[in-house]
Amino acid sequence: MGFLRNAPRLDTLIERLESADGLDDLQGLIEELRDEYGVDHIIYHWVNGAGEQYGCGTYDLEWVNRYIEKGYLRIDPVIQGCYQRFHPVNWKRLDWSSKSARAFLEDAIAHGIGNQGYSIPIRGPNGQFALFTLSHNGNDDDWEQFTTENRRDLILMAHYFNSRALEFEPGRAPDPAQSLSPREVEAMTLLAIGYNRAQAADTLSISEHTLRVYVESARHKLGALNTTHAVARALSRGVIVI
Amino acid sequence: MIRYIYGNDLHTFPKLARTMFLDRADQFKTRLGWAVTVDDKGFERDEYDTENPLYVIWENADGSHGGSMRLLPTIGRTMVNDHFIHLTDGVRIESPLIWECTRFCLSRSATPGVAAALMLAGGEVMQEFGVEHYVGVFDARMVRIYKRIGSSPEILGQEGEGRSMIAVGLWEFTAEAQAKVSKAAGISPELSKRWFERSFGDIIDEAGLVAA
Repeated sequence: MGFLRNAPRLDTLIERLESADGLDDLQGLIEELRDEYGVDHIIYHWVNGAGEQYGCGTYDLEWVNRYIEKGYLRIDPVIQGCYQRFHPVNWKRLDWSSKSARAFLEDAIAHGIGNQGYSIPIRGPNGQFALFTLSHNGNDDDWEQFTTENRRDLILMAHYFNSRALEFEPGRAPDPAQSLSPREVEAMTLLAIGYNRAQAADTLSISEHTLRVYVESARHKLGALNTTHAVARALSRGVIVI
Repeated sequence: MIRYIYGNDLHTFPKLARTMFLDRADQFKTRLGWAVTVDDKGFERDEYDTENPLYVIWENADGSHGGSMRLLPTIGRTMVNDHFIHLTDGVRIESPLIWECTRFCLSRSATPGVAAALMLAGGEVMQEFGVEHYVGVFDARMVRIYKRIGSSPEILGQEGEGRSMIAVGLWEFTAEAQAKVSKAAGISPELSKRWFERSFGDIIDEAGLVAA
């Protein structure tokens, strides 16, 4: 179905996401991400507690305007099925049974959105809500396989886009840097000097499972994709010193 | 059967919701003596119930509650991070791949399979939504129950002795663990999948969608 690759070079993309200067940069990055995955579209859209909206993505402007003009927000099953929730959704699992939903779907397909979609809802602070969506034209089995294989990375990318976009919100006080607890620093330091998980867990007198969760928390706070990337980031930021 | 219901949809299952909050009061206040709040309707509810959690609930044949648990993403507010951080070595457990599981409750009349059915459903959520771990707070009494259904958590930290022991635990689900729990619950993987699809929708092919 034309997916370019299953494991795109997300690490360099994340680095550039980190150094993005504003919302315009996010637009450029989301286009690149779309090209990396070889899907038809990727969209990031947020609404904050005050009802302000922001989005970036690859849909045609014509469709975006039409969506607003027709008031599709009120009938779009993706919005109904994701708002205030937190699990990722394959569009095919949503309820498209109403006449208006079906008409909307036909219109969306006619505008090149594709017949497949996968949306990841994100609940941010103070009632902020965002949706990170991929859409594509293809068959059910390929789409299910693609979203399942890439789910972890897609969830992480969705959250990185959101935390970056949140920082650009006007009037928002900068987030206190996500600092690691002493225990997380110890765990990351041991991994950085080449201990394997078993050795690191043993040194810290914790189980390997516990170590995994501490490392996973540190990975999230460091905005990294995997453990190796997290160790590199912790070193480059001086969070850990070896 | 198992139902998966977000907080803002509980009103569509009034009997199930009412009996769940009553059973929670019965378990956490009456039986365990936890310092929980019970309102004038007799419901045990806390601040996390207002965060629109995802409830996983065993529904008895008469529509009442047989057992339940409550799921929340750890990137939002969680009980573990707000109140039990001293049990996790001071680590705020936070990741889109880790969810919190709390208020694991069984009604007095729950059959032995209910606890296992809930764990099986928890595994279903992990598998379908890309959740890699659950963290949660549990007490001494639950240790035996988790062990019986073959889903013992890894303990991150604990305090108190004997019956008043309280711990932060960690669950992950391997395929083998899932098979074991499925057996303990007496519920086939196919049936479990069907319940999941009843709550979250089935994949409908597009010919059906557009032509319908």
